[in-house]
Amino acid sequence: MQKDSVQQKPLRHRGSFLNDPRIVPYVLVAPFIIFFLVVYLYPLIMTIIMSFQKIDGPNHREFIGLKNYLKLDTRDFRLALQTSGRYAFWDLIVLTLVPLVIACILHSGLAKGSAFFKSLFFIPSLTSIIVAGIVFRLAFGTLETATMNRVMIALGQKPIKWLSYADSGNFVLILLTLWRWNGVNIVYYLSGLQSIPTDYYEAAQIDGANAIQKFTHVTLPGIRPVLIYVITITVLGGFSMFTESVALWQQNNAGGVGRTIVGYMYMVGFKKNNFGLASAVGLTLLALVVAVNLIQLVLMGFFKKED
Amino acid sequence: MASNRIEGKKRAVLSILATALMVLFAIFAMVPFAFMFMSSLKPGAEMMRYGLTLKFDPGISSFQNYTALNTYRDGVYWHWYKSSAIIMVMQTAIGLFFSSLVGYGLAMYQFKGRNLVFSLVLIVMMLPFEILLLPMYQLMISMKLMNTYFGAVVPYLVPPFMIFFFRQYCLGIPKELMEAGRIDGCTDYGIFWRIMVPILIPAFGAMTILSCMNSWNNLLWPLIVMQDEKKFTIPIGMGTTITPYGNAYDVLMPGAVMAVVPIIVIYLFAQKTFIAGLTAGSVKG
Repeated sequence: MQKDSVQQKPLRHRGSFLNDPRIVPYVLVAPFIIFFLVVYLYPLIMTIIMSFQKIDGPNHREFIGLKNYLKLDTRDFRLALQTSGRYAFWDLIVLTLVPLVIACILHSGLAKGSAFFKSLFFIPSLTSIIVAGIVFRLAFGTLETATMNRVMIALGQKPIKWLSYADSGNFVLILLTLWRWNGVNIVYYLSGLQSIPTDYYEAAQIDGANAIQKFTHVTLPGIRPVLIYVITITVLGGFSMFTESVALWQQNNAGGVGRTIVGYMYMVGFKKNNFGLASAVGLTLLALVVAVNLIQLVLMGFFKKED
Repeated sequence: MASNRIEGKKRAVLSILATALMVLFAIFAMVPFAFMFMSSLKPGAEMMRYGLTLKFDPGISSFQNYTALNTYRDGVYWHWYKSSAIIMVMQTAIGLFFSSLVGYGLAMYQFKGRNLVFSLVLIVMMLPFEILLLPMYQLMISMKLMNTYFGAVVPYLVPPFMIFFFRQYCLGIPKELMEAGRIDGCTDYGIFWRIMVPILIPAFGAMTILSCMNSWNNLLWPLIVMQDEKKFTIPIGMGTTITPYGNAYDVLMPGAVMAVVPIIVIYLFAQKTFIAGLTAGSVKG
């Protein structure tokens, strides 16, 4: 008897306040709210405030208006902008297209052993860029005995000081990036390709579409959400790249070759203790990433309502 | 008939070309590992003289260098290893716990402010964390978290990317399961723990590997938080073996191999769950 009466109590009031189904979702998302306030919102506001300040030691701050931003007009920062911009541009082209081609081939089953290649391509993504970068750094070394210079000599070319120039340095960076991130983007694309129903392809076949038409009219629209995601994170990763550059040049590269925006920010903030200027650099980076991504999202039709 | 045969021939040629291309990229993916391993067997002086080579010379090649890891700067390498491992376990356990709850809450419940919270997750995903380094650094100092393991994981306690992933994954779970659980007298947290967690295992698997991978390889934030040489992580520590005065090749290469091995072993064991979990819950609009 008693048992029954317990069970007939309205379920909603069972237990404490925290068990109320109207409260539960707020308890569930609470960690993110706290995290957002402490790790994102507060630091973001602080960065904005600091970018208008001159900071000497923890207790001496002074508002100096736009002076930090005006100080950005230096050779070092322009070089960093160029380095990051050049890298972001090639990163976007190479890291969206190459994995897409590979994913399409793997998905089509045209190549033998697709499952094997699928897991193999992911392995470089498991390694540390710093650790793997050591190999790239040595292979593209300055000396004639460096691996790639041996290849150049064997091909009848002159050896190159790969990491001493902006363009060849960027080439090595992109190669390292492709090596490291290719597998990740392949997995993203494969997930998109697998979500396309096969009858779409059959319908296109019946309509007499050739391979290229199938790709542009079925595959591309089908993977659009994934494509947008990949492009967005690639733009973000491209402009805020730091680790790859450290892997090839450490933090002290002569003439600033390979120093990125974040590298510059790190140098100004942590090595020269100029937090105000470093904050201005950070916010410039944020503006750049947001602007490029907004343009990209508009071009890709992200904000268009689906019909 | 004839056109079919031509089609078949065309397909065979395409198949060979496609396979060749895949082999080419597979070689590209594997060659650095080969260089890494072969060089780890050679004395540092040899590397300095001839650079990286794939040549195997039984006269000088041995696992001798690996024992150098124990003696190099009083065995500091293994301190880095320990430090990396502790941070990896902490970051993964805490990150998975919180982000699965948040993602589940966003997917399964209707509540006021849900869209706002989800929008915040998306916005934060697109924000370069690097720009928040300075205030975060000051925050760590004022909270006395500098040089602590917890300090090294603070920015990754509730990773937005994982929230997003868990939300997408949970969207595919029928809500009737929740009702069934309630009728059986489970609390909502009991439903998550007893009914949802088992369903989410592939998602947990995929996110575990991804989180381990990110943590093990992370450079910038630990570089700022960890100041005691013995608390460096592997990426920070390995960086210190390359100096303008010469590189400690004797430890560089075996150190690199040892850093790469554990994560690849985890991957080889869990790769099926990993790839399946990752593709099942991934980005759909």
